[in-house]
Amino acid sequence: MNNKNSDWLYTISPKKKLIDLNFSEIWRYRDLLLLFVKRDVITQYKQTILGPLWYFIQPLFTGVIFTLIFNNLAAIPTGSGVPPFLFNLAGITSWNYFSSCLTGTSNTFKANQGIFGKVYFPRVITPLSVVFSNLLKYGIQLLVFFCFYLYFVFFSNKATNVSPQFVIIFLPILILFMGFFGLGIGMIISSMTTKYRDLTFLVGFGVQLLMYGSAVMYPLSYFKEKVPEYSWLVEYNPMTIIIELFRHMTLGVGDFSIFKILYVGVAVILIFSLGLIIFNKTEKTFIDTV
Amino acid sequence: MKKKDIILKVENISKQYRLGLVGTGTISHDLNRWWYKIRGKGDPYLKVGDTNDRTSKGDSDYVWALKGVDFEVERGEVLGIIGKNGAGKSTLLKILSKVTGPTTGEIKTKGRIASLLEVGTGFHGEMTGRENIFLNGAILGMTKSEISSKINEIIEFSGCERYIDTPVKRYSSGMTVRLAFAVAAFLEPEILVIDEVLAVGDAEFQKKAIGKMQDISRGEGRTVLFVSHNMAAVKNLCTRAIVLENGSSSFEGEVEECIEYYISNNKNKETKLYYSANNKDNILQNIEIKNKLVASGSNINICFNLNVKAINLTNVHLGIYNFNDEKVLHISSEYFNNGYIKTSSDVLNCVIERNPLTQGLYYVNVGVVSNKVEVERLKKCLVFEVVNSDFFNCGIILKPASIKAKALAEYKWY
Repeated sequence: MNNKNSDWLYTISPKKKLIDLNFSEIWRYRDLLLLFVKRDVITQYKQTILGPLWYFIQPLFTGVIFTLIFNNLAAIPTGSGVPPFLFNLAGITSWNYFSSCLTGTSNTFKANQGIFGKVYFPRVITPLSVVFSNLLKYGIQLLVFFCFYLYFVFFSNKATNVSPQFVIIFLPILILFMGFFGLGIGMIISSMTTKYRDLTFLVGFGVQLLMYGSAVMYPLSYFKEKVPEYSWLVEYNPMTIIIELFRHMTLGVGDFSIFKILYVGVAVILIFSLGLIIFNKTEKTFIDTV
Repeated sequence: MKKKDIILKVENISKQYRLGLVGTGTISHDLNRWWYKIRGKGDPYLKVGDTNDRTSKGDSDYVWALKGVDFEVERGEVLGIIGKNGAGKSTLLKILSKVTGPTTGEIKTKGRIASLLEVGTGFHGEMTGRENIFLNGAILGMTKSEISSKINEIIEFSGCERYIDTPVKRYSSGMTVRLAFAVAAFLEPEILVIDEVLAVGDAEFQKKAIGKMQDISRGEGRTVLFVSHNMAAVKNLCTRAIVLENGSSSFEGEVEECIEYYISNNKNKETKLYYSANNKDNILQNIEIKNKLVASGSNINICFNLNVKAINLTNVHLGIYNFNDEKVLHISSEYFNNGYIKTSSDVLNCVIERNPLTQGLYYVNVGVVSNKVEVERLKKCLVFEVVNSDFFNCGIILKPASIKAKALAEYKWY
């Protein structure tokens, strides 16, 4: 009368394996990922006049302000023949992508407890959708960056020493690094905040502080020259290396080495895996502690 | 005997919750747990914990919302889960739908489980009805192509065709719910878990929803777990039921037996049988049934003790309800003896001759009218049980299962 125990499709139990990722399940929910991205994109600028134009305005204005403050006022050099505005735009767009991934995913559990409390789907879909919808935004901003790039190269005599390197073919990998680095940290924070809310206070100003330590508005070489005793803080910040690499690929200026590239790769993979593990452990019971 | 095809097996499922504010003392408890864990011992807080009785004060900060629940569900079965508030129904559904994990125990399943703990999960007000159908469908586990193939049916079922390309925030709340339920109705998992979502929308839509649920379970042979307080709906839909009480299953069996068990259990705690309103200010001082036993077809003698000096009594009426809250009988002095009732004495008697009620529990609401104004209305002031009898005096005791009627009538055949 009893059935064999072997043919169960799956089991719900309190046992937690360290890594319990069901990739086929995530794949089955890929449509949901797309629809979440679509929702984010559609709803973000509903009932605004400028709509998606805000994607352009944000980095442009920040770029102008940064150029005024840091280059014109504080006279930070961006290298001869590299227009400061272009230099800043490169840093800002990359930083924006990373920080929006981080802040967007860091409140995953809290912001979605309504849905998570009622329906099951692989929770990791939600932070992934944040990364993808931000990628779209980043794509548009990159387009703006390259438009200015072309303008400076062809219509102005300021960009005399700007040349894209052939390693630009690795740009997609670099973008992946930015997104997944932000996602990894975001997932760790979102998992911790389900129980201890302290971290939510940290995220807001922490991200802002981190920007100053990530060589967004200055070249790493200049920082090393001026503040050599604390330069390691900035130098081994993975985001610094990523931004310097981005500038190297696109503008041809940047301070990096093979060792640093390896270091970034390992750091990003480690943080992302750690985030994934913690996130997975949390998703089973977070609804009781959030 | 036919071999059982068990699709879902729940084994010794328990769920512990911490009471009070989560956050105070959690770090110390977490550290303590970790300390026990590295020494290879079990969780120290799992031993403590009371049963989940919300009315009495417990000794511990931890309670068991569920404790040792076991049951099996066969393929194609519609299992009703009934129980009072806080009996653990929702916790069980949450574990079944993987929203939260159990503390101990295991659930084994042979099919995909989709849960409907709420309709319209993830609806976004800024998006149109059509966009929300896709989003909500995907959240519930459908693929885009599945939704696309059913979208016309969904829109038709919802009855919101005109508004389908309007943002949902412009919808009335009823329309939102209709749209949301329509999406859920077209889910096609092997096992469907439903929490009281049928209690939405207007009467017409509710009827439609119950009909659809019946189609799903009977016509398409889907396995359904259904939680509800609506006994009529449970009776309609389910083939079997379990009763949850303080976190453990206290009864399991046929739907009718379960409902009977649940009601009679409820009655003992919340309403007194042969209750009397012993309040001096009340006009109706006491109401009781004089008969020792009420059987189908017997006379019921209801005796009222009234404080008639206080008012000019003109009318007493009572409604007799079954426990599905359906009014079965209406009895009023208005239609008796030209509306005239004796008021000289404090005692008023009403005899229902050859009562037409079938076996079961009933309750009585009473209204007292003075000069066309209702001066007193008592709800559930009397609960009584009707037992089976030889109603037709033919030597056969009524078989409730085969009759399933709400009322009986005398008749003749020529």
